Amino acid sequence: MAEGAQRLEAAFAAARGAAFIPYVMGGYPDAAASAERAIQVAAFADVVELGVPFSDPLADGPTIQAAGQAALDAGTTPETVIEIAAEVARVGPPVVLMTYVNIVLAAGPRAFCERAARAGVSGLIIPDLPIDEGDEIRMQATRSGLAIVPLAAPTTTDARLAQIGRAGAGFLYCVSVTGVTGGSVEVGEELRGFLERARRHVSLPLAVGFGVRTPADAADIAAVADGVVIASQLIRLADDAGDPTAARTAVDEYCAAVVERIRATAGAATPGS
Amino acid sequence: MSETRVRFGPFGGRYVPETVIGALDELAEAFERYREDPAFLAELEGLLARFAGRPTPLYRARRLEEAWGVGPIHLKREDLCHTGAHKINNALGQVLLAQRMGKQRIIAETGAGQHGVATATAAALMGFGCTVYMGRLDMERQRLNVIRMRMLGAEVAPVTSGAGTLKDATSEAIRDWVTNVRTTHYVIGSAVGPAPYPDLVADLQSVIGREAREQFQADEAGGLPATVVACVGGGSNAIGIFRAFLADDVRLVGVEAAGEGLESGRHGAPLAQGAPGVLHGSLSYLMQDRDGQVAEPHSISAGLDYPGVGPEHSHLKESGRVEYASATDAEALQAFLDCSRAEGIIPALESAHALAWVRDAAAAAGAGTGPLLVCLSGRGDKDVEQAGAALGIDDG
Repeated sequence: MAEGAQRLEAAFAAARGAAFIPYVMGGYPDAAASAERAIQVAAFADVVELGVPFSDPLADGPTIQAAGQAALDAGTTPETVIEIAAEVARVGPPVVLMTYVNIVLAAGPRAFCERAARAGVSGLIIPDLPIDEGDEIRMQATRSGLAIVPLAAPTTTDARLAQIGRAGAGFLYCVSVTGVTGGSVEVGEELRGFLERARRHVSLPLAVGFGVRTPADAADIAAVADGVVIASQLIRLADDAGDPTAARTAVDEYCAAVVERIRATAGAATPGS
Repeated sequence: MSETRVRFGPFGGRYVPETVIGALDELAEAFERYREDPAFLAELEGLLARFAGRPTPLYRARRLEEAWGVGPIHLKREDLCHTGAHKINNALGQVLLAQRMGKQRIIAETGAGQHGVATATAAALMGFGCTVYMGRLDMERQRLNVIRMRMLGAEVAPVTSGAGTLKDATSEAIRDWVTNVRTTHYVIGSAVGPAPYPDLVADLQSVIGREAREQFQADEAGGLPATVVACVGGGSNAIGIFRAFLADDVRLVGVEAAGEGLESGRHGAPLAQGAPGVLHGSLSYLMQDRDGQVAEPHSISAGLDYPGVGPEHSHLKESGRVEYASATDAEALQAFLDCSRAEGIIPALESAHALAWVRDAAAAAGAGTGPLLVCLSGRGDKDVEQAGAALGIDDG
């Protein structure tokens, strides 16, 4: 079974310009509010990325770290987030869970993958699970029909990109910068060169994340990739808005602007894979 | 070329973001090349001898034997190393390696501050800029080491996430490394982290066991100790002394921090109370809740205040080759005082955990315990404020 990977690849194929992949931290600021936020952004999204908070998130910068810690302090468990994923998957586009390997190991790879698949989740993004680790997790994900979405970074060699392409499914998550989430991206020579190398060695759609802040950033990336992930910026927008109503409005306006800019790149250049 | 060990049984591995995989490959290659390179080894040995003060003595603690009714007790005096602990063995080796690899900047994490000071020292010696990540709480309880690092020209970066201890400092150092990986070498301070670090650090610390074994045989007519004891946080002094005796019929005991008691939940004893899990890049025993969230450890000693442990220790526990015991804050503090008063040696609170095991467990077993070799991994200068307050002997 590879339904998850197929759903993800279909979502990329159907997206105009590039796929918009907003991120919501499950359980932040609390379970109900994050569920609402996820449903809200799903209306704009081609794929929704839901964070399962972990106590020691090595790949995350201060914004996502703080949101994850607040979610844990509010009592969020992996099950809380999987229930939110089920709600989103019923009404919206494919859902991928972003978490760290110890969360999957603690639940047991089989139990975690089966539970996520039953909730309608399409894939898992595990930034501390490079392709040489986690055979059991990969096997259980495949059995359950979940895609393990691989990550690649500008420092990834050509030979390793080819290996990653063979091991992954759904899409390739291209880390825009050497760094953690929440910085700022620049679509320059380095990123272009990295994406060209990824394109040569990996046949999956390419999504770019880490440090995407403005609708203009999103448009720049849409011109060279197949998908744009926006995470920390969405959290900052909602945090800075003050109250839930203002946060809702700010997120709506931001997502609408991003989608408009991304869609406008359709037909301009077709990076297509 | 010697193969770097990536896994110890099922433990170890490289559970890290893809960004640093290339740097780990590069480090593993450099390690494999230089661990057998005569010029590199000669330079390292020269630094260990003339800069760090090796070999450190093996000292017979006769008055402790008398006080505790156990012995003979031989102390491997890593407390006499330059900068006050075994940490300098690793720091000099890694910074020298960073120089060979052409890196421009050094970063480190620190708990008690001993590894931070050792790294800042090695960086000063070899002309590197250095940033040391340290938890807020540890900066308070190890204030003197913070000042020492600054004197040595290092920047001490406070870490406020989590409880502000070693775990959080390590996470922040890894984030820095992920960001600056092309120019920066991360000097990890214990035998933890992704491969090749656990093997690299153990290799650089194995000088402790090699020396101790030779010195013991010289003192005891070619014999071997019956028991070798060391404290275990991440476990680098322990693996450094154990590796020389793994193939012998010698009892090996690692002593974790029981904090306020294993049953209290407030401890730093993943081997006793944890389960396998992934933290900071490797699979090993880990203090965690049922969802896999890493637990906050506790120990009076900042160097043992860590929820994980090196993967080789997890393997040695499961294979049964090493016994892992624990000592509480109170037991360690008593041993700290006993050693200071009987021998005129103020041990680090970390090392006092190993001494506490000798006093309690070995003494309970009585005669026949045989000669004990104890790794006195560091000196207690850094602990005077905290121990002084705990013992009620500080007028301030």
